[in-house]
Amino acid sequence: MNAIPVTDTRLAKVAARDVNVYYGQKHALKHVDLDIRANDVTALIGPSGCGKSTFLRCINRMNDLIENAQVTGSLTLDGDNIYDKAIDVVQLRARIGMVFQKPNPFPKSIYDNIAYGPRIHGMARDQTELDEIVMNSLEKAGLLGEVKDRLEESGTGLSGGQQQRLCIARAIAVAPEVILMDEPCSALDPIATAKVEELIDELRENFTIVIVTHSMQQAARVSQRTAFFHLGELVEVGDTEQIFTNPQHPLTQGYITGRFG
Amino acid sequence: MSDHTVKSYDEELAHLTNIIARMGGMAEAQFAAALQALSKRDSDLAARVVAGDTRVDELEHEVQQFTVRLLALRQPVASDLRHIVAALKISSELERVADYAANVAKRSLVLNHMPPVKPVSAVLHLAHLVQEILKDILDAYIERDVDKAVRVWNRDEEVDDMYTGLFRELITYMMEDPRTITACTHLMFMAKNIERIGDHATNIAETLHFLVVGTPIKGERPKGNTVDTE
Repeated sequence: MNAIPVTDTRLAKVAARDVNVYYGQKHALKHVDLDIRANDVTALIGPSGCGKSTFLRCINRMNDLIENAQVTGSLTLDGDNIYDKAIDVVQLRARIGMVFQKPNPFPKSIYDNIAYGPRIHGMARDQTELDEIVMNSLEKAGLLGEVKDRLEESGTGLSGGQQQRLCIARAIAVAPEVILMDEPCSALDPIATAKVEELIDELRENFTIVIVTHSMQQAARVSQRTAFFHLGELVEVGDTEQIFTNPQHPLTQGYITGRFG
Repeated sequence: MSDHTVKSYDEELAHLTNIIARMGGMAEAQFAAALQALSKRDSDLAARVVAGDTRVDELEHEVQQFTVRLLALRQPVASDLRHIVAALKISSELERVADYAANVAKRSLVLNHMPPVKPVSAVLHLAHLVQEILKDILDAYIERDVDKAVRVWNRDEEVDDMYTGLFRELITYMMEDPRTITACTHLMFMAKNIERIGDHATNIAETLHFLVVGTPIKGERPKGNTVDTE
């Protein structure tokens, strides 16, 4: 008899220990300890300004781009220190991809949107290999059928939902291990949202996903783990089912049931 | 707990508690009237209890419609979800309680055509214990009192023990005077119905615990003697 549940024996893909973020004097993220499990979708929820996006951006060092931002504590990817001075941030962001709130395809062809990353990372030896990566990524993003006859057309000409899936395909193309999503569906209609959610569920097989969302329903639908942030602190983290049926902390309870002042 | 940002949601949840409270009160009243019909040999009252069962059914239907509406429109989670699911479950328990009360009333109509038999008082004795338990669990629901719910849950053993004793008493009575067999058989079914009402009160206690705490009541419920089946 194995008394330990299977999920607990999986190693944390990303581990945060006592992570703090300061924007100048403002203490935006306070002493966060959080394990992101491999091949799980982890949803980060909480009211605006709670620190969930700040935490997300710590994972691939997007906060480096913000002046005054200072990150302390430890963040590791498979045990490697993400904030190691020796680490190449461009390489790191190839391992930890990101999808943003608003679809932001490059003003280039659909093909080049996907091919851009593999090209700069030198992932393809010849045109055939590059074609393969592009097709594969579009296929995995569930977009191939819709665009295969117009790969030379501009990515910006696609519908909002298609653009977002193009951005997901672009993130997948460089074979990341973790994909960070910052409210990926907030600009999409319900059908496009459902397609992206279905995609997230499929991607889970090969990637570890962290998603920030303001839609509680979305967190409940797509994630296995949910973390609730409030005023820069991680209040509660648990299996999504438990968080949405029997949250342990009154703040979590108040937030997800719509009792928040 | 503090209020929802959307006030109409609070009103809807309060309305749901309200219907359950009304339904509970109605089931209690039906049960009390059935017992009075039995003890006073009042056939008019018994007939009113039988007819009144449809009102409880209507309330159960109302709870069903209202909970489905809340689930569809509010997409409740956490304590709100448990509140709504609990209301749905408790309404079916109360509907069953009222059914058993109606059945007791029906049998008392039959008994009124026969000479009175002595064990009626023992059946009423069991019924009063169950009435107390039913009242306690309905109060506990209104007050969201988990401790009281657990006490009700533990009292089911008393009901089972008393029922077993009553069963033996009725058999003895029938053996002593076979002319009472028909009347005592009806009493035996009544006792069974009353014992079942106690079981439904226990079920409500379990649901109430889930509603308030979010987990099932821990541990095995103490079980009283079971009826000899030979």
